[in-house]
Amino acid sequence: MRALSYAYLVAIFAFIFLPVVVLVLFSFQAGRLPVPPFDGPSLKWYAEVLADRGLMEALRNSLFVALISSTIALTLGFLAAQGLARVHLPGSVIMRGLLIAPMTVSYLIIALGLLSMFNVIGVRPSLWATGVGHVVINLPLCFAILFAAMGDHQKNAERAARDLGASELQVVALVTAPMLKPALLAAFFLSVTFSWDEFIIAFLLTRFDVTLPVEIWSMLRSGLSPATNAIGSLVFLVSIAILIILELTVFRKPKS
Amino acid sequence: MSRIERAEQRTALTFVAPALLWTLAFFLVPFAAMVLLSLAHLEGREVVQAYDLGNYVKIFTDPSLLKGIFVSLEITMTVTVISVLLAWPLAWIIATQVPPKYQRLAIMLAVLPFWTSYVVRSYAWALVLGQNGVLMQGMIGIGLLDAPIQIMATRTATIIGFVHFFVMLLTLTIYANLIQLSPNYARAAADLGASGWQTLRLVILPLTLPGIMTGAFLTFVLCIGDYITPQILGGNNELSMPQLIMLQLGRRGDFPMASALSVVLMALVTLAYAATARWLKMDRV
Repeated sequence: MRALSYAYLVAIFAFIFLPVVVLVLFSFQAGRLPVPPFDGPSLKWYAEVLADRGLMEALRNSLFVALISSTIALTLGFLAAQGLARVHLPGSVIMRGLLIAPMTVSYLIIALGLLSMFNVIGVRPSLWATGVGHVVINLPLCFAILFAAMGDHQKNAERAARDLGASELQVVALVTAPMLKPALLAAFFLSVTFSWDEFIIAFLLTRFDVTLPVEIWSMLRSGLSPATNAIGSLVFLVSIAILIILELTVFRKPKS
Repeated sequence: MSRIERAEQRTALTFVAPALLWTLAFFLVPFAAMVLLSLAHLEGREVVQAYDLGNYVKIFTDPSLLKGIFVSLEITMTVTVISVLLAWPLAWIIATQVPPKYQRLAIMLAVLPFWTSYVVRSYAWALVLGQNGVLMQGMIGIGLLDAPIQIMATRTATIIGFVHFFVMLLTLTIYANLIQLSPNYARAAADLGASGWQTLRLVILPLTLPGIMTGAFLTFVLCIGDYITPQILGGNNELSMPQLIMLQLGRRGDFPMASALSVVLMALVTLAYAATARWLKMDRV
């Protein structure tokens, strides 16, 4: 059984890693096409993408949209979870349902809805419009994660703080937020990841300033090129580096 | 109700209000606007509101549009089934055969490609599956093939690209389900005389239905609404619903028809939700 298990593991991991290995390997291709035979290694495509103004601009735009929209989604989601977890409100089931509803709707539909509405009220496509869309997709996520993380012990600590004369703001900032730190960080980084990688909303709601996935999309239209491999590998390696740093610092389980 | 309780309720409501307003303004209202738009028509370059179901009638009578629904449903169902079949053994092996110390590492490795960008991942599969790609050249190299076969720009390529992504997702939901099961279930089954295979099939598998269904529902929603993978890998021989929607938007500027197709897409997702709702844990968040 064990031998069979490991054979399956090897086979499925080969499938899972295959495109990533091909992507990274042919980013070091010296020739003009990212297909065999491999004739590298060469760093020229990395030099090319790092010198590409449009690409670097798109990268900055993506980071900007991801950080701003995630901050808003986290704040709104945190407040909502705080409100709904604390006291029983009439209609709280409906409110919860409404807040997580966007999770079950395709991004394409959210994008199209926003596009229709923005057309009607005369809002032009922009990074800000994209950011609004990204808050819509990440708010349910932040809310769900934080709502699930809120428990009774925390409710008691908040009550104690209030009894001792803390204002509502002090309770949230000094008691609730520190107690929920792991969930807050998890929600924030997941939001950043989703926003950073999101394509269709950004594609429909931006025009001149675009995000990185949209810029990569337009690179694809000119055919296969090791330059696409290089920017893809760069994004992948940076994500992995951030992931490892987070794993080693923020999310490390305290040794007992 | 005491005065303090009422004051607490009021505070709680002010906390919930911003998120509710955001969802209302940028999700519900746009959605309603889209539904209204789906009842309009494109006349020349003008959108004319007609409040009729003309677009919907056309979707279900025009063969090229109707076919999109079937293409999307077939691809999504195939992808969901294959992904579950591949992910379940992987999750089970990681949860039971891999030493606990290495399980976290195994899961992180299993979802590693998730950290490449979605667009880039589809592009990478195009590199792998193309006529001159690694797969064909490799198979010709070791003598399995004489000449490359066409996979790129077919439905097979779309399915491979999707399965790759959703195996990762389903492994996560099924693994999360498996490690919560008490080992006592397996012990009790063994005490009652079940073989290892019987325990797996009759005890463990049914207990992982919530994990399977949560993952399968997410797979369905994300797969049927995705434009990137079929567009990059599937080519233009047969168009899925998202491709048709983008076609209406792009070439023809037909917002009403794009909206109507989106509403149909949304209805399909709702049906999938109804079919899997009893196993989903999402409403318990």
